[in-house]
Parts: sequence; C-alpha cells; structure tokens
Amino acid sequence: MRDLVTIAAFAIAVAVLSSVLRSGVWTTFLMMALYAALLAQAWNLLGGYGGQFSFGHALFFGTGAYVQVLAQTQAGLNAWIALACAVASAAVVGTGVGALSFRYGLRGSYFALVTLAFAEVFRILAVTVGFTGGGVGVMLPLRESAANLQFASRQGAILVVLGFVVAGLLVTAWLRRSRFGAWLQAVRDNEDAARALGVDPLRVKLGAITLSAGFMGAGGAFYVQVFQYLDPNIAFGPATSVESLVAAIVGGIGTLWGPVLGALVLHALAEFTRNLFGDAPGLNMVIYGVVLILIVLFVPRGLSGVGRDVRAAWRPGRAG
Amino acid sequence: MPAEPLLGLEDVAIAFDGLQAVQGVSFDVAEGRLCALIGPNGAGKTTLFALMSGFLVPERGRIRFAGHDITGRAPHLNARAGMTRTFQIVQPFAAQTVRENIAVGAHLREPRRAAALAAAEGVAAQVGLAAQLDKPAADLTVAGRKRLELARALATKPRLLLLDEVLAGLNPQEIADMIPVVRAIASGGVTVLMIEHVMQAVMSLAEHVWVLAQGRLIAAGAPASITRDARVIEAYLGHGAAARLQGIAA
Repeated sequence: MRDLVTIAAFAIAVAVLSSVLRSGVWTTFLMMALYAALLAQAWNLLGGYGGQFSFGHALFFGTGAYVQVLAQTQAGLNAWIALACAVASAAVVGTGVGALSFRYGLRGSYFALVTLAFAEVFRILAVTVGFTGGGVGVMLPLRESAANLQFASRQGAILVVLGFVVAGLLVTAWLRRSRFGAWLQAVRDNEDAARALGVDPLRVKLGAITLSAGFMGAGGAFYVQVFQYLDPNIAFGPATSVESLVAAIVGGIGTLWGPVLGALVLHALAEFTRNLFGDAPGLNMVIYGVVLILIVLFVPRGLSGVGRDVRAAWRPGRAG
Repeated sequence: MPAEPLLGLEDVAIAFDGLQAVQGVSFDVAEGRLCALIGPNGAGKTTLFALMSGFLVPERGRIRFAGHDITGRAPHLNARAGMTRTFQIVQPFAAQTVRENIAVGAHLREPRRAAALAAAEGVAAQVGLAAQLDKPAADLTVAGRKRLELARALATKPRLLLLDEVLAGLNPQEIADMIPVVRAIASGGVTVLMIEHVMQAVMSLAEHVWVLAQGRLIAAGAPASITRDARVIEAYLGHGAAARLQGIAA
C-alpha cells in the first residue's frame, strides 16, 4: 500500500510540475529524465529482479522504435495502435531471445554477450533490408495532435512518458509483492534452491524478459514519436543498452525507485557538465565518467541504498 | 498385496567421467516412514538425492514416485508432485529475509502473497525460527541456516522430504535441539529420507537405514543391527576393522 501512495504522489507531483514549468530547457530536461528512467526501469525488471544482466537492451528498444514508425509510414496505422504493436513486438522479440538463451542455460557474461550479439545482428539487418530505409534512416511525418501521439507542447509528451514510468513503477511494485516476483528473485539469488522448491526457472525468466522488453519497446516508440527520425545506430546501437543499465545500476538495481533516481541524477549530471564545459568538447564526458566511477566505487549498492544505510547507521540498536 | 512404496529405486546408476558414483542401487521407501541413508564420504549419497529429485538424470535404472515413473523429470515438477530436497551446502536466498525465504517454498501451494507469508510464519514456528523471521538470511548462524533450509522445504508441503545432512556442522546442543524438530515433521505425516553422518541422530530417529559405500548398497536394516554389520564397519574403518573390533569385544 505504501508503494502505491508514493507512486501516486510522484505521478501527481510530476504532472503538476509539467504544467508549471515554462522554460523549454526545464521541460525538455524533465521529459528526457523520465525517458531515461523508463529505459532504466525496463532493464531493472530483468537485470535487477531477475539477475540476468543484458548488454543488448537496445534490441528491444529498436524493435519498438522501428515498429512504431513503420506501422505508421508503411502500414498507415494510427500512432496509438502502432504503439500497441510496438510494445507487443518488442515483448515477442524478448520472449524469443529469452527462449533461445535461457533454454540452453546461458547466464552471467554469456547471456550479456548473446544479447549484445542479437542487438548487433538486428542493427546490421536494419541497415541491409529495404523497408527500414537502410542506413539513411526513416522519418516520421510531423502531424502534431494528440490522436497522432505528437505534441506541440512538451507537456503532452511528458504526460505520455510519465504514464509509462508510472506503469513501470506499478509493475515493479507488483513484482515485490506477488508470487511471480518472489519466484523471480529466488531464481536470481539461487537458481538450484529455487528449482528444488518447485520454481520453473525457464518460465520465470521468460516472463521477466518479456515484461522488460515490452517496456523497452515503449521507450523506443516514445523516442520515435518525439524525435521523428530513426536510423539503425540510434535503434540498435550500444548507446541505448549502456544508458539503460548504467542508470539502473547507479540508482540501485532490484529496487523500486533506484532506476528513476539513477536516471534523474545521471541526466542532471550530463546536462550540468555539458553546460559547464561546453567550450571544451569532450571534457564534459571526462567529468561524467569520473563521477560515474566515484559512484560505483563508493555507493556500490546504488544511490537508493544510501538512505537506508544512513538510517541503519543512526539506529544501531536495530541492526542484526 | 502391500501398497506401492512412495518412492522406488530400481537399479539406478550414474557415472562421472568414468567414475561410477552410483552403481545399480535399488530400494523402496514406504509412505510414512522416517529412514536414513548413511555411508562414508564419497559414497554417492548426495548424488543419489540429486538423481531422485531430478537434478541429475540416471544413465540406467528407473525411479518411481507416488505411482509414477519420474526418471529424469525436472526438479520443479518433482517438488510440485510432493518430493522436496534440501541441500547439504545450505543455499539461502541471502538478500531476502527469513520470512521471504520460506514464503518462496510456501508459494508452491499458495498463489497469494499474504497467505504465503502467513504460511511462512507457521513453518518458522515449527522449526524454531519464529524469532528470526525479519532477519536477512545472510545474518543467520550455521544452525539457523540449516533450520531455514529445512523450513523452506517444509513450506512446500511435501509428501516426501529428502534431508541432506541437516545436522552437519551443528554443535551437540544444536543437534539435540534439532532432533525433535525432525521427529515432529515425520510424525506429522511427512515421509522423511535423511542423509546423515551424526550417528546419534540416525540411531534415535531412523526406523530403517540403508548403507551406501562406493556407489553400492552394502547393508540395510534397523539402526541397531546396522552398527553391528561387519561390512558396514569395514566400509567406515577399513579392511579387517570388524575382526579387530570383535577381538577387542571378546
């Protein structure tokens, strides 16, 4: 119940903020931070709760993005229907990749490498086949209206991505208090012990990767609707994979708010360093990298664990 | 005609890289019994448990459980059918609390979260973990972890419980505390097959004992008769030990 209250408070606060903010810089910041949070949440469902570290989540992002744009330009579907198709296709690709890798017991770095390879295969396919527009990419025609899921103001886009983030929070909260979630975390912590207790690891992992891929597909669809352009590198390149997992890890994997917090902090850091060192190109990335190393070094459990650690230190009587 | 045994092994065998870990073992466990499987280190006891529960597939032989051939069936299906094993090297979900650990087992029969957590409390009380329900599993002592291993398996409401050395590593007081727990589980209607090195426990708990040495069954019977069996003494203490012991006794 407490989770639901905080999620509702978060949703209302962001919605109010989106209508109060007037500056284009800040509305864009809010939108991009929420978008980064959505990708991190998607990764967290499989990586944080399932313990399966994917290095190729761009695969699902790109699938969602391409389906979103092609369903409109090639098949002439409405943007909202295209969105449903995008999420569904990404989820199906997730199930497929999961079935191929989990059935053969791939774990740890092997699973990470296979997902990376799948993303690369899709990137090369997107360059080669004709209907994706190849390396030139595809444009989504500008038709600003809510029916087309394109918004003249940032507020509309913020509300859409907020909807996805809230859905992600609700699914994560459900994982924390459901049988499926308990089984998923049991498989993450000790697969053999889970099997002995009647858990089917394959089914549980497939469920997790399907959910995770679906949310990543929603992220891809949102990207296309906002930027109206897609090419194979944006869709399937490693940048998105890295962005999703870094934000989740920095924020705290296997937690409800970690991915949102991590995305917000990293996005703020990136913007801040870019503004501060904009005259010296590349320096902002150096600073960003250093801060990232410091976070991983000193807060290995993620930023969302800091509060808990501090509370535990204040109340030593409750420890142990 | 006697009822079919709950668990039946028929000529079960497996080898690892040419090492015959289990060679042609056959025995039956009748429902409602509390039995023990003993033998020197490396005799193949844990391997036999892995074969029964489906973690390993035998190269030869058949395993039957509750009237069905379960040879090579996956562990989670066996657990669903009512056979749950514990691990000699305890395998807690370390990041989770004791309550959450036990609830994973309870979820097998109970889809609802609240009901599974409530069931976990009941099971914890049964094995003496009630005071530690909210502790992370990683913070438990060895004795606590052994109890947790037992509790999780018990929460799946098994018909047959395979206990792999739940007393190993405990001090004499902890063993004495644990023996009544195991006895209570068995008298509650659960069939128990335990691997055990602690002879004090085997003697006081088991109704029937099988002795495994180098992958073969070398003896079977009541605990008292087993300890006098010359083959068993030799398996543990070496060739000629039985004769020397008899010499000392005489």
